[in-house]
Amino acid sequence: MTSDTAPILFIPRDTTALSLGADQVAEQVQKITKKKNIALNIVRNGSRGLYWLEPMIEIETDRGRVAYGPVSVEKVEEFMAAECWNENSQHPLYLGLTEDIAFLKNQQRLTFNRVGIIQPTNIKDYCEYDGFAGLTKALKISAEEIVGNIKSSGLRGRGGAAFPTGIKWQTVLDTAADQKYIVCNADEGDSGTYADRMIMESDPYSLIGGMTIAALAVGASIGYIYLREEYRLALQVLNQAIATAEQNGYLGNNILASGKSFTIEIRLGAGAYICGEETALLESLEGKRGMVRAKPPLPAISGLFGKPTVINNVISLATVPIIMCKGADYYKDYGMGRSRGTLPFQLAGNLKYTGLVELAFGPPLSTLLNEFGGGTRTGRPMKSVQVGGPLGTYLPIQHWDVPLDYESFSDINAVLGHGGIVVFDDTVDMSEQAQFAMEFCAIESCGKCTPCRIGSTRGSEIIEKIRVGQEAEHNQQLLEDLCDTMINSSLCAMGGMTPFPVISALRYFPEDFNASDEHSTHSSSKS
Amino acid sequence: MVSTNNSNHWDVNQIENIVRDWQDKPGALLPILHAVQDALGYIPPTCLPIIAEGLNLSRAEVHGVVSFYHYFRSAPSGKHIIQICRAESCQALGSRALEAHAKHCLNIDYHQTTMDGEFTLEPVYCLGNCACSPAIRINGDTHGHVDQNKFDDLLSLLSTHVVEVQ
Repeated sequence: MTSDTAPILFIPRDTTALSLGADQVAEQVQKITKKKNIALNIVRNGSRGLYWLEPMIEIETDRGRVAYGPVSVEKVEEFMAAECWNENSQHPLYLGLTEDIAFLKNQQRLTFNRVGIIQPTNIKDYCEYDGFAGLTKALKISAEEIVGNIKSSGLRGRGGAAFPTGIKWQTVLDTAADQKYIVCNADEGDSGTYADRMIMESDPYSLIGGMTIAALAVGASIGYIYLREEYRLALQVLNQAIATAEQNGYLGNNILASGKSFTIEIRLGAGAYICGEETALLESLEGKRGMVRAKPPLPAISGLFGKPTVINNVISLATVPIIMCKGADYYKDYGMGRSRGTLPFQLAGNLKYTGLVELAFGPPLSTLLNEFGGGTRTGRPMKSVQVGGPLGTYLPIQHWDVPLDYESFSDINAVLGHGGIVVFDDTVDMSEQAQFAMEFCAIESCGKCTPCRIGSTRGSEIIEKIRVGQEAEHNQQLLEDLCDTMINSSLCAMGGMTPFPVISALRYFPEDFNASDEHSTHSSSKS
Repeated sequence: MVSTNNSNHWDVNQIENIVRDWQDKPGALLPILHAVQDALGYIPPTCLPIIAEGLNLSRAEVHGVVSFYHYFRSAPSGKHIIQICRAESCQALGSRALEAHAKHCLNIDYHQTTMDGEFTLEPVYCLGNCACSPAIRINGDTHGHVDQNKFDDLLSLLSTHVVEVQ
């Protein structure tokens, strides 16, 4: 039974919450309200990204939202019996005000300021939180002014390459063509990352609005979201949001009576990591094998179907509305050095408290590992941290104080990438991880350039030999030479960065590459 | 030439309709392949000529695209598709042991289907569920914090008969 005045129960509908049973929790709650004739409104919000607490149920109170979690399906009956929809601070799962949970309170949520709060496809919710204010402003100013704003905000590509977004847009704006495109790279394939997914599932209008502003900025009329096949909930939510945005005049023909038009279509990938590389993605969108293109020409000059194309990551585009709404200076005031604004970090792997942490650039990595992450989930000591996805460097403890900033990471031959942070405890065998990096590259290489296509397979074989102690010294030298070749002569980051995890594992964890005594003896007798 | 449907478990008209729905749109091949796989569960090699003809491509080009992408399959899968994430975040919490356990329980390797046609096992490289590793996906539904016990529980919910677990 529901009514407008009935208490509201927020139960997330987000892939990770669902993977822990959120749908079953919602069903169970509904069943009990029906049976016991309890007046309750259930709202399926997105997730706040406090994932160790999912399924996390929130209720609305005069002081703000109050949370309980994790409310697994087994606990629903007791949860309902305790009448938790009336604030019940004695309940064992009671967490207090959501905004006061330290993990959330200590963040600076700009791009993610609505995530987990609104009902994702409810356009009124989005407007209530000033969602379309950025778009409305953009409609009133010139294309040059929009690009100028993005440039002076200091926003850099959040997909990983960190190229200045405004400069990319300027190139497309300056290139004359009968057709231009906006392409959103939603092929979030890096292990340890899920920020794109969260935006698309929990705040889809911010992406739609960001793409529309990009279209106004460069004069594009067609947009594509290239979405990875694995993100089926995002597909569903985005499709619904696109339709609703069109019905309400925020997308489609004559946007908010401005005379400007822009449409968005979603295209699904098909399980190929390489399609996260922008030129391979464009090939795939054109209906071809996802083979990397040689650059130049840049996609900004000759991109999709040979036309000038803005291709940006989900987070870059979803950050555009708040920059337009609050101004470039507001955004630029966050961050350090040349890394302006915030980055949504994603805590993954072996951490006690995993989830999304949006922070201004600058604090040391250890803040995320210890203060937010709370140490390992297994309780064992941390040994190695991979930042920036499968092509990211494995960092040992001596580098955990490095500031989270593009340039500082670059100085230690590491990358921030898309902000994924995967933690390993002391049971990890780093030679196994190094071998996996090569193996993954062999599986996912597009095959166009030799260093990547052949180098990855040979690399995996060489590491195998080192691991069993076969001519270990010689093979280590060979591996370093191979990595050097891959770094310097691969066509794209796939082959060019696969050596990062390999070399860092070798450099920082050499003990893991020493074969057992038995093998060593065997190899020395052979050599 | 277009094959007849006598020797196939699919209908020529169905494929032709899918091609017709998309052929005038730019970059139509991937959406067509998705639609075919959604409808049939796989992309029969014998239907490629219809797609090639509709898009004015060679059969080799269409085959090249089908074979490039891990998601597209050229043969039917088992009744249930189980995907285990092999990527780093899941490795950090024991996915290698989970993989071995799954292969042992089902008595198959990756890209194989159990003899009874019930389960197909596939690797996947990240489901975006890295905050709750290890993750697996069964028939499109993602599950988090999957240890060996949870895997067994999920499997038993799907099994129409007892799978021997040792």
